[in-house]
Amino acid sequence: MQPDRMAAPLGPVLGIETSCDETAAAVLAPDGTVLAEAVLSQQDHTQFGGVVPEIAARAHLAHLPALVADVLARANTAPASLAAIAASAGPGLIGGLIVGSGFAKGMALAHNLPYLAINHLEAHALSPRLPALGGLDFPYLLLLVSGGHCQCVAVEGPGRHRRLGTTIDDAVGEAFDKVGKLLGLGWPGGPAVEKLAKQGNPTRFPFPRPLKGREGCDFSFSGLKTAVAHAVAAYPPGALPVKEAADLAASFQAAVADVMADRARHAMAIFRRTHPATALVVAGGVAANATLRQALTTEATRAGFRFVAPPLRLCTDNAVMVAWAALERLRQGWTDGLNHAPRPRWPLDSADMKPEAA
Amino acid sequence: MRQPLPSREATHALAARIAGLARPGDAILLEGPLGAGKSEFARAFLRAITQDAALEVPSPTFTLVQTYETPQGPIHHFDLWRLTGPEALEELGWDDLLQDIVLVEWPDRLGPLTPPESLMIRLTESGPESRDATITGWEPRLR
Repeated sequence: MQPDRMAAPLGPVLGIETSCDETAAAVLAPDGTVLAEAVLSQQDHTQFGGVVPEIAARAHLAHLPALVADVLARANTAPASLAAIAASAGPGLIGGLIVGSGFAKGMALAHNLPYLAINHLEAHALSPRLPALGGLDFPYLLLLVSGGHCQCVAVEGPGRHRRLGTTIDDAVGEAFDKVGKLLGLGWPGGPAVEKLAKQGNPTRFPFPRPLKGREGCDFSFSGLKTAVAHAVAAYPPGALPVKEAADLAASFQAAVADVMADRARHAMAIFRRTHPATALVVAGGVAANATLRQALTTEATRAGFRFVAPPLRLCTDNAVMVAWAALERLRQGWTDGLNHAPRPRWPLDSADMKPEAA
Repeated sequence: MRQPLPSREATHALAARIAGLARPGDAILLEGPLGAGKSEFARAFLRAITQDAALEVPSPTFTLVQTYETPQGPIHHFDLWRLTGPEALEELGWDDLLQDIVLVEWPDRLGPLTPPESLMIRLTESGPESRDATITGWEPRLR
């Protein structure tokens, strides 16, 4: 039976996201309509050059109660009339996960509501099914590219995900951040490198394309980062001339785009062994990079896949996707116990993504 | 002690040797610039100690620390590249984790929190695939 044909939950669902540096809450109607949502980025992090777990945990704790009250008020929903409360329970920074899932459990207990522990990666994976985004049908191919993740996943249903490939060292967003720092740019590195690359020559430096042409769809960015470090080290100490930095940024970005296109091509071929060509969905903060998007669009079109990139607000961390994943799981009749422990590592294809009874 | 590492295999062999000597309470610090091979060493160390040649060792840069269960107890693999100093570490439970094995990339961020009895391995590039390791500490054990 199609999940969407199954009984919808009776009331709205509250979703909470605190797995990294964004504190977010959202209330979705049973059909997936967004009734209210809010995302707070923790600006404190920029001065530390990124996410510092304990600072993140404290900031989540400080902001979450008011944020939840705010979305519930704007959704005109009393806690007691919710169908369930859900929170990201991994993977992520453990301090933040404890704050978000603990808060959700406490509220669920106080109002006698079901609790759902949502895998943050599954929330990303299911978000293109949101009605507001056109409600994509299963199965499809997801390319998740962010500061902490870089993987290709065949999304076949709630709790049914096959990881086709992943990074064997650094995540792609991390490579952008490190190269940004090497070039003397601010945090986060991704947008800064992209902006600088616009004025640069992408063919000036012949950087390596790690794993390009290789079997499978794993990624590797460590060697590329090292090559950029070597190129930077060849200059005298001090700030790089702008033209040189721009050429380095453009050449690095071209190498990443080239690798991503190759890996996506392989991932689509693997997906085609078991599924028809449907859609290639790109999610995660790195999906904002226009050069990468263009390279992936070209590959998808060539392979007969529809290219889908949710708007940035919904493909970076947010709570709408958490509440949506909860709705999908509720439709399967799945909930979690209050003893569910949040996990810093929680692969999308682990056995506990589907209850045993299912 | 200086040891040339002419190939990746030599780096892996050194990592496996250190892994065979590591015990709970040890701190192993990996120094060197971006691209010196710290992560390569850490991956080989963790694969040797878990006796799992295919163990996934993702970069801990984003989460700062990844913990592995091993026959030698938990190992905490830190990458402090994103930090500017030790402040956040105290709150990460650094003191408690020191009773297990800690493997630390970018240990200069530790400052005064650097464990006094640690093993320091400084990696420098001597060619595209070759490295030099300068090893300080653990004199009786490594002799």
